[in-house]
Amino acid sequence: MNQQIISAAAQGAAESANPLLPNPWEMGVVFAGFAVLLYIVVKFVVPMFEKTFAERAEAIEGGIAKAEKAQAEASAALEEYKQQLHDARAEANRIREEARAEGAQILAELKTKAAAESARITEQAHAQIESERQAAVVALRSEVGTLATTLAERIVGESLSDDERAARVVDRFLADLETQSAGAAK
Amino acid sequence: MIALALPAQDSGTFTPPGIDQMHLPAILPWGASDGFSKQMLLVILSVVLIASFFIAAARKQQLVPGKLQFAGEMAYGFVRNSIAKDIIGGRDFMKYVPLLFTLFFFILVNNIYGAIPVIQLPSFSHVGGAYVLAAVVYVTWIGIGIKKNGLKYFKLATVPSGVPWFILPIVVPIEIISNFLVRPVTHSLRLFATMMAGHLIVMIAGSGIEFLVMQENVLLKGASVLVLAGAIAMYMLEALIMVLQAYVFTLLTAIYIEGALHADSH
Repeated sequence: MNQQIISAAAQGAAESANPLLPNPWEMGVVFAGFAVLLYIVVKFVVPMFEKTFAERAEAIEGGIAKAEKAQAEASAALEEYKQQLHDARAEANRIREEARAEGAQILAELKTKAAAESARITEQAHAQIESERQAAVVALRSEVGTLATTLAERIVGESLSDDERAARVVDRFLADLETQSAGAAK
Repeated sequence: MIALALPAQDSGTFTPPGIDQMHLPAILPWGASDGFSKQMLLVILSVVLIASFFIAAARKQQLVPGKLQFAGEMAYGFVRNSIAKDIIGGRDFMKYVPLLFTLFFFILVNNIYGAIPVIQLPSFSHVGGAYVLAAVVYVTWIGIGIKKNGLKYFKLATVPSGVPWFILPIVVPIEIISNFLVRPVTHSLRLFATMMAGHLIVMIAGSGIEFLVMQENVLLKGASVLVLAGAIAMYMLEALIMVLQAYVFTLLTAIYIEGALHADSH
């Protein structure tokens, strides 16, 4: 076998000593093999890999988009809550202001009412005092007359019991008193 | 295994294997040519391996990937984002992802063969495959340039803007040669040469170890350990280069396509 190999090698050597001269059959086989492989790659391998890559990219990008959407929703909700909180604070402030204003108004009303009431009570008291004074004056006038008459009757005697004369005397007497008190008041 | 094919063990002097030993006998000889070679089998196997791996990885299409799907997505995403998107740019890179993806893994798997014991043969250690791939890329980027800019593309690609007119007679031929003649040659030979050199180193190391082990002298026998250590280091380096060349080939393809797409702004 060894012998056969050596002779074959020698025969090959005799045929093509120049290594740059190609063997056309080998060229044909390489070309055919390459063409077949290229066809398989174009037809099956590249499309399948590209499809997988595209699907994977889509899955990842889809996930990212979903996450972004969720984040946007969350921030929108947060914004809404902040807005609501702000509104509620403003509302509370407004209510507090209103209550304060209302309270002040009530207080002022009460003050006015109390002042009026007190004025009324004072007025009433004045009027009552005035009327009582009048009543007292009237009562005194008649009683003082009676007392004075009685006293004078007792001093002067029975003759002075004539009513007409007595009344004249008493009136004159009281008028004198009044002028006196008026002069004293002056 | 490769060392078995080498006529080194019976003589007193060491004859290192050369380029002629790069051609293994055909598995299934036919016609006048070399017949069905190991490279051809490996190329077909690579197509089956790559296609079945990525279809299995991509088929489930789960949003949360399993281990296989994750590995497939990592590999696909590497070509898609680190090569196509970064070089060609955000707007129209998707159109070229299949080509770059196929190129990268086709070359990667066919290179890695060289680092797998028993297989131990990078398919592109024969120049034919590298020519084919470079030609496919060459036709592609010129086609893109013409489709994008019309026939004006050749002017855009060879007459750089902002160059004084009196330098143009020098610059234009240089641009024509570097862009349209040298580019596909370097593109293919870079891949082929690194793979062939790597394979050659493995062969030489293998046959060297075999030669030393066959010696009567104990010291020479022991020296084979040194060669083995060196061979392992070279093996690591080669494994790195195999991956790197697949990356470089695909990266250059992306750069050429980008250059053709945006010829008017270069």
